[in-house]
Amino acid sequence: MSTPLLEVTNLVKHYHQGGRTIRAVDGVSLTIDRGETLALVGESGSGKSTLGRAILRLEAPTAGTVRLDGEDLSNVDGRRLRQLRRRMQVIFQDPAASLNPRRSVGDSIAEGLAIQDIVPARERGARVAALMREVGLDPGLADRRPHQFSGGQLQRIVIARALAVNPELIVCDEPVSSLDVSIRAQVLNLLRELRERRTLSYLFISHDLAVVRQVADRVAVMYLGTIVESGPASEVISAPRHPYTRALVSAVPTPDPARAALRIVLAGEPPSPAAPPPGCPFEPRCFHPLKNETCRSQRPALLPAGDQLVACHHEA
Amino acid sequence: MSPLLEVTNLSVEFRRDSGDSFIAVDNVSLAINAGELIALVGESGCGKSLTGLALPGLLPDGARLGEQSRIVLDGTELTVLSESGLRQYRGRRIAMVFQDPASSLNPVMRVGDQVVEAIEAHRKIARQQARQRAVELLAEVGIADAGSMVDAWPHELSGGMRQRVMLAIALAGEPDLLVADEPTTALDVTVQAQILELIDRLRIQRSLAVLLITHDLGIVASRADRVLVMYAGRIVEQTTTARLFDAPMHPYTRGLLAAIPRIDVTSPALQSIAGTVPSPTSWPEGCRFHPRCPLGIEQCRRVIPPLVEVNPDHRAACIVTTAVEGA
Repeated sequence: MSTPLLEVTNLVKHYHQGGRTIRAVDGVSLTIDRGETLALVGESGSGKSTLGRAILRLEAPTAGTVRLDGEDLSNVDGRRLRQLRRRMQVIFQDPAASLNPRRSVGDSIAEGLAIQDIVPARERGARVAALMREVGLDPGLADRRPHQFSGGQLQRIVIARALAVNPELIVCDEPVSSLDVSIRAQVLNLLRELRERRTLSYLFISHDLAVVRQVADRVAVMYLGTIVESGPASEVISAPRHPYTRALVSAVPTPDPARAALRIVLAGEPPSPAAPPPGCPFEPRCFHPLKNETCRSQRPALLPAGDQLVACHHEA
Repeated sequence: MSPLLEVTNLSVEFRRDSGDSFIAVDNVSLAINAGELIALVGESGCGKSLTGLALPGLLPDGARLGEQSRIVLDGTELTVLSESGLRQYRGRRIAMVFQDPASSLNPVMRVGDQVVEAIEAHRKIARQQARQRAVELLAEVGIADAGSMVDAWPHELSGGMRQRVMLAIALAGEPDLLVADEPTTALDVTVQAQILELIDRLRIQRSLAVLLITHDLGIVASRADRVLVMYAGRIVEQTTTARLFDAPMHPYTRGLLAAIPRIDVTSPALQSIAGTVPSPTSWPEGCRFHPRCPLGIEQCRRVIPPLVEVNPDHRAACIVTTAVEGA
């Protein structure tokens, strides 16, 4: 079997705050193949964004390894890390905050080209124009500043900037959450086209399962720093096994009044990652009919169940 | 029976320092009965929040109501009231909750004291009684162990709990109408469902009229009795929730519905609406949706389409689709 593009093994990221340990990411393993999209789904505090940042080495993990194309990122020197980083890019939720308001968007797109010294200076203008066309923008707008663009256009600019260095993996952290509904599909379609054309891999971080359904090949559901269920997107979303995934799927607002009636409303809110429950992290909110003492005392392992991996004492 | 709230020809105009002005809400009419939940739906910049703020007279600086605007609550015309007259209605008859409960709460005041403050603002009451009432209200909005939670600080609460506290504060004046502006947008999906269920329960138990302002048609599907769709300052369609989802008339509504990613369906190319939402300072002539509309005809560039009845309880503002339907 060929090496996956990204291989994350037992990744842990803990923060220490006022004598407490916040277990933001608590032992996560995942892989992404070339051209594949893995969606990381969870609510705020689940650790999904921290995991994304640790993969990009924007933060040093507390433990565990991240391998890009077989190479362990924690074992390489600074120069090599910079070379490897070029192969991974990131797109955040708020494009306006990701762009320098005082620079023209063309300069912002060219930034990566200059830093990584990919294209000779005299060819950068043409390259920026090609990138803008690729994301569906008029290259004639390259001299404008970010405030002259709409949110959807800004996200296209951020995508063009990410593409400038020809990455293989893009971490997309809630890339369409701040966009208007009528614009969202434009950006999702663009991300799908680029994936086909450039054989890109995405780690697609989102709280929105309906969006995830449209882009992901596989889905990993995070709760309190751990993956509670993963598998093919169609299986996880249409036949979820973990009680948390089931609640999450049923909570997604659907433009269909008949379907909206069939809804599991979970009690309570996720516990703090500073004080996770001793057993199954979902136990305090769980509605599984077989919930018992084991759930309260033992953390369930992520085990195969059908096409999925599920961390539940009563489903795996 | 006349509706609890009747708004006619509501317009909001902004005057800028430079002297020029623009309209942000244009001739909006709506009515809400006691115990009814109406959703006002639209994308950013369509004027839905300003419409909500106009009801209790909370327009921002530089904004004012158009001359034809009428807001009648339970028989009283609010637009002619003085500021002190309006204050009798704010909170007591019309309450509001907003998207971000963290910034609506005072961070250096215990949550119980904030509820007490709201109760005392509306009626003369002994401190001990107000405190007792605050505990009752916190319990009513689903805060477990309300007796000790009155002493909690806002930062000790989760986003969902803070929104419950905001709802308790909103209920302190025993209002008839609740304007909820994106009350669940900042919350996680599982918590969103809880807050929507709570608002629905309050509506039923208190016969509260609710104007739910949201960009999310998915939320609307589960809770609203009727829906008003706004685009560029105007109501473009209004009907019952079931009918809106079954037989949308306006091309904008159809586009919005098609653009919502469905968890139960995957499609090779997701539907979007071409172009972008125009800013209130540059609304197109004629039908404001025409530059993005797949069905537009020459006339759409010139004529502002009236909101016409295409069916009992169904109105739409589109000369193309309403003509076809009526034919």
